[in-house]
Amino acid sequence: MPQVLKDNCVENDDWITLEESSETLPSGDVLLTYDQWQGFSEQLTRHDGGVGVIIDGNAEIEEIIESLLNLPLIAINFPKFADGRGFSTARLLRERYNYNGEIRAVGGFIRDQLYLMSRCGFNAFKFADDTDLSESAKSLQDFSENYQVSVEQKNPLFRRR
Amino acid sequence: MYKYDNYDHKIVNERVEQFRDQTQRYLAGEIADEEFLPLRLQNGLYVQRLAPMLRIAVPYGMLSSRQVRRLAHISRVFDKGYVHITTRQNVQLNWPALEEVPDILAELADVEMHAIQTSGNCIRNTTTDQFAGVAEDEIEDPRPWCELIRQWSTLHPEFAFLPRKFKIAVCGSTEDRAAFLLHDIGLQLVKNDSGELGFEVFVGGGLGRTPIIGSSIRKFLPKQHLLSYLDAIVRVYNRYGNRDNKYKARIKILVKAWTPAVFAQRVEAEWEHLKDGPSTLTDSEFSRVKSFFPSPDYTEVDGSESADKLAETAINNVAFKRWLDRNTQPQKQAGYRSVTLSLKPAGVAPGDVTDKQLETIADLADRFSFGELRATHNQNIVLTDVIESDLMELWQQAKESALATPTIGTINDMICCPGGDYCSLANAKSIPVAEAIQRKFSDLDYVYDLGDLELNISGCMNACGHHHVGHIGILGVDKKGKEWYQIQLGGSASRNASLAKVLGPSLSRDQITDGIEKLLDVYVENRIADESFLSTYQRIGIEKFKERVYAPST
Repeated sequence: MPQVLKDNCVENDDWITLEESSETLPSGDVLLTYDQWQGFSEQLTRHDGGVGVIIDGNAEIEEIIESLLNLPLIAINFPKFADGRGFSTARLLRERYNYNGEIRAVGGFIRDQLYLMSRCGFNAFKFADDTDLSESAKSLQDFSENYQVSVEQKNPLFRRR
Repeated sequence: MYKYDNYDHKIVNERVEQFRDQTQRYLAGEIADEEFLPLRLQNGLYVQRLAPMLRIAVPYGMLSSRQVRRLAHISRVFDKGYVHITTRQNVQLNWPALEEVPDILAELADVEMHAIQTSGNCIRNTTTDQFAGVAEDEIEDPRPWCELIRQWSTLHPEFAFLPRKFKIAVCGSTEDRAAFLLHDIGLQLVKNDSGELGFEVFVGGGLGRTPIIGSSIRKFLPKQHLLSYLDAIVRVYNRYGNRDNKYKARIKILVKAWTPAVFAQRVEAEWEHLKDGPSTLTDSEFSRVKSFFPSPDYTEVDGSESADKLAETAINNVAFKRWLDRNTQPQKQAGYRSVTLSLKPAGVAPGDVTDKQLETIADLADRFSFGELRATHNQNIVLTDVIESDLMELWQQAKESALATPTIGTINDMICCPGGDYCSLANAKSIPVAEAIQRKFSDLDYVYDLGDLELNISGCMNACGHHHVGHIGILGVDKKGKEWYQIQLGGSASRNASLAKVLGPSLSRDQITDGIEKLLDVYVENRIADESFLSTYQRIGIEKFKERVYAPST
C-alpha cells in the first residue's frame, strides 16, 4: 500500500490516481487531475467513493474555487521543487477561501520544504519518489518560532512579543 | 542598533541546526546536488571557481565592533584571513570549507548574525543609506523600517522559492544613497500633507542583463500597512513572474510586460484582501523597533569653534587635509563628522579587508564612534559619529592600517565585483583592471582635479559591479576565450537615476587604461568651471568621447 505523510503521521494512502488517458473511473477514493475531473463529471454524480482534485501551482484559483470548496482533498502539484507558486495557492485556499479539507503536496517538492509548506496550509505530503516519510517528518519540526503570519499562526511575532 | 531577544536568537539558532542537518545529509549522499543547491544558496553558500563562497548578511549594513571582531576571528580560523565587502553591504568569505560552514554559522549566530537569504531566489538583505540616522537631509531614519522588513522577510513561509532573487532598498533622505530605484522594490520614506509618515512604493528596478529604473506604483502608503503591501506585491510576483527563462524572471520583466499601471492594479486588488489584517503594524512595534536606533550620547560642542580648530589643524598638514576633504563629511550633530574608511588602496581587491584590519576597524569604532560602523554599497566602511577633535588621531591610526586612502568618491574609489579571479559566472577579471586604473591615476592632485567620479566594474552582465550606473562603467565580456572590456558612459544611481550608454567596441585589457585616460582628457578639455564628469557628459553627449577613444593612433 502506498503511503502519505499526513497531519504529522505516516498513513496508508487510499487515494487512487489515474493514467492521464484513462477512460474508466474506478470505484473507491479517486484523486483526479482537473481535466479528468471535468471529463468524468457525468460519472462522478453516481461515484461510490471520495473525489479529490489535483491542481497546478499556477492554477487561476479564483476562477475555479467555487467548484473545489466541497471536495475533501485538493492536491497541489509541484512541477519542480524550485517552483514556489503552490505555496501561494495553498495559502489562498486556507486563508482567503477558508478551505478546511486536506491540502496535499504532490509532484517534485522535497523534504526540506516541508516546514514552510505546512505554514502555508499543506497538511499532507505525497512524494513522487521513495523518500523516507518518517525521516521527512522531522523536517516539519525545523523551527519552533516565526516572525510572520501563517496559516497556523494568525498573529505575527510582533503582536506576541 | 537592533539587539536580538530570545525569539530572534531562537529563530537564527534553529536555522543553524537546520542547515547543519542539511549539510550532513548532503555529505552522506542523502540529498542530491541539485536539491542541495537551493538549500545552500538560501544560506549564502555558493560553490565558486576555486572554493565555496559564503555570503554573510549585514542587515542594512550595520555592524557592531563585537561582530567585526568575530568576523576577523572567523576569517582567521575558517578562511585565509580576509573578507570581502559586497555591493549589497554584505560580507563574503572566499575560502570556507563546506563541512565547516555550520560551525561558521554558529559563530555568527552567537553575535546576532546569519547568512539567511543572502543568495537564492528569495528576498535578500534589505539595504539602505550608509549615513542613515545621521544624514543632514534625512526625512526619517530608514533603519527601523529595514529591521521590520528583515524580520518580515526572514524565512517567510510563502516566498522562499520565487521566480528569481528579490531585493528591497529603503531611502529615508532627499538625496538617494541607496540606489533604491534600481531594486525590485524601492521604498522612499515620505510625509503626506497631514505630516503622516508613509512610503512611496517603486517596483521593477534592477541591473543585470536588462537594466530598468523602477516605477512608482503608489504615491503614499501609510506606514502601518508596509508589511501587508509587501506581501501583496511579492505574492503577485510569485504567482505571475516568469519561471521558464531565468533571464526574464525578475519582477522588472513582469512589471514591464503588464505595464506599471496594470501591475499596480493587480497589487491593489490583492492588497484589498490583506489590508488591515494581522500584519498591520502596531504603534507598540514601531516604538519597540525604533528604540534600538537612538541618537548616540553626543558631547555638546560649539560647532563653529570646532570647525575653526579643525581648519587650523588641517592648514598645516596637507595629507590630513586631503583625507578630511575626501573621506569625512558633516552630519546632523554639530561638531561631529562621518568618516569613510577606504578599502580601496591600490594593489588590493576593492572591498577586501584583512583580519587585522577588521580588528583595527573594531578598535576605531569603539574608540571614536560609539562601537558601531556601517558597510557601504561602495565597498567601504563608515564610522558615522566621530567628534571633530578626534579626527587627527583617528586619521593617524587608520593610516597605519592602510584604511585612510584619501580617494573616497573619486575615480580610484571604484565599485568592483570579485570577477574572474573568484567568480564562476564571470566572463573576465575585474580586480586587475581596478588595480591598473588605480596605478595609472596615482597622482592625487590629478585625481582630485577630476572630482567626483563613479567608476564601476563588472566582470559579466550580471552586473554585481553596477556598471550600468557608473559615470564610467566597465563590463567584462568574453570574445573567443579572450577577456575584453566594454565601456559605458553616463550612468547614475542617484535620485535622477540614469543607465549608462555603450561607448563603442570593446577594448582589450591592454587598451583599457589608455581608453579611460582619453575619456578623462575629453572631460578636462570640455568641462565648464566646476562641472563634474557626469554633467559634462550630459551636456556634450557621447560623440566626443567616442571619437577620441577610437581615433587611429598617430
